[in-house]
Amino acid sequence: MKIRIFLTMVFAGLLMMGISQSVLSESLDMFKGEKGTIRIAGGTAHIPVMKEVAKQIMTVNPEIQISIAGGGSGVGIKQVGEGLIDIGNSGREPTEVEIKKYGLKVFKWAIDGVAVVVNPNNPVKSLTKSQIKDIFSGKIDNWKRIGGMDKPINVYTRDEASGTREVFWEKALDREEITKKANVVVSNGAMKSAISQDSYGIGYVSVGHIDQTVTPVTLDGVMPTIQSVKEGRYPVFRGLYSCTKGEPVGLTKKFIDYLFSPEGQKIVQSNGFIGVK
Amino acid sequence: MMRPQEWIAEKVFFLSAIFSVTITLTIFGFMVILGFPLIQKGHALSLLSKPWIPENGFYGIYPMIIGSLAISSLGVAIAFPISLGCASMISVLGPRPLNLIMRKGVELMTGIPTVIYGFVGIFLLVPIVRELFKQGSGLCVLSASLMLALLVSPTMILFFSDSFSQVPQSYLTAIEALGGSKVQKLYHIILPYTRKGLLIGTLLAFGRGLGDTLIALMLAGNAITVPGSLLDSARTLTSHIALVIAADYESLEFKSIFLCGMVLYLFTTLVIVGVRFIGIREDRRKA
Repeated sequence: MKIRIFLTMVFAGLLMMGISQSVLSESLDMFKGEKGTIRIAGGTAHIPVMKEVAKQIMTVNPEIQISIAGGGSGVGIKQVGEGLIDIGNSGREPTEVEIKKYGLKVFKWAIDGVAVVVNPNNPVKSLTKSQIKDIFSGKIDNWKRIGGMDKPINVYTRDEASGTREVFWEKALDREEITKKANVVVSNGAMKSAISQDSYGIGYVSVGHIDQTVTPVTLDGVMPTIQSVKEGRYPVFRGLYSCTKGEPVGLTKKFIDYLFSPEGQKIVQSNGFIGVK
Repeated sequence: MMRPQEWIAEKVFFLSAIFSVTITLTIFGFMVILGFPLIQKGHALSLLSKPWIPENGFYGIYPMIIGSLAISSLGVAIAFPISLGCASMISVLGPRPLNLIMRKGVELMTGIPTVIYGFVGIFLLVPIVRELFKQGSGLCVLSASLMLALLVSPTMILFFSDSFSQVPQSYLTAIEALGGSKVQKLYHIILPYTRKGLLIGTLLAFGRGLGDTLIALMLAGNAITVPGSLLDSARTLTSHIALVIAADYESLEFKSIFLCGMVLYLFTTLVIVGVRFIGIREDRRKA
């Protein structure tokens, strides 16, 4: 008897939780009654959005476990292709070879700019494209030459698996060389903390990662913002992609659907990216 | 006649010994097989001496070999005097209760994961190095070596202090009877007697430093060039593997990390062989 009362109460509780949440969000409804895990890894620019989405889903349904790891775009594509994870994030479009080899399905759910950033203490706030190329190739090695302090420039770049690096190298540096003396960091977050600590450093991060700890530099007079990317004035941008091996099914499909839902796209925008819908 | 329990125990231990030896050899075999395309094409030797410029098709690991050797030898060089002093204090010079506390403290230090050292290094050591020398980003050979010294010194201290305690009591009694002070005891008896032990401990610490990944990855800056000074950014073989492992499986970049693995394996093997060699000579001398 007691057990039955208890069960009824639990059931009623669950029902009420469900009702209250369905008021909050309709798109999250599809996760109700689901159970299981979603493993996500890859691009580090994606992480803030992934975390927020995972939080929403896991609050509605604690039975769903979502794990989010970094590693870089290369890692995301490779691991999802090998079937180690359910969703592989990539900050660059997967190549034809990769798509064919692994049978990838590619979902582009946001557009993101890549901005050159310096420490907030740095008086240099604007650079031309050729100056940026010269800085990253090591030809300009002192801030004095571009209107800053008389200090050597510390160049920071990203590791081989980074989609951010690939896009920056292609669109900002026109595939010109990056100095071998550059320090190499392994995520957008690590880049941000490196630059925020180094008064004489210069690096590049996803626009979604910019906050008061680092200062974006204008490129040929254009400030890297959501607005300027949207209007096509800021040239260094890329899509943010999530890949699955074959057509997504079950929870994975619902996760991706949620990214494209109005709520999902709202999360995308509130993190400083441009939505696709 | 052996009791059955003993027979079982012996076989179980024998099997685990065989198992670990096989694993070690299999790993080496695995690296050779996967790195074979490089060796076969005669790339291996040139890779050992060339720079790393993937855009131009150079996948040399020479800068990383130098980076590894520089950071770990400097780390051990910094750790050696500190460890020697600390071990002397614990085993010979210091007052007893303090020694116990110090020894426990050092034992505790061996349990700290390297990522903690890396983390502390980024937020405490790197800014100090950067401001002190007013050059570079602070992510450099010096920062990594200093932190590595902190990582390997507990191993060295414990090893040294254990070998100090192996000095025969009769020798110690003799020098006390002659009216020798503690410092004289250390300098004239203990240090000469344990010279080999010191060397082995140092070699082991060097091996540990060479194999560590996270400290160099987080603090050395990872630039793909041969460091010209202590304040230059550098990359070790281990962090190179960690950074390149994400590249495409089919690419030469990826294949070249097996060569890194082989070089690391070779270095570690040399260290171990050196330790064994010294150990054997030591045993003969004492016998």
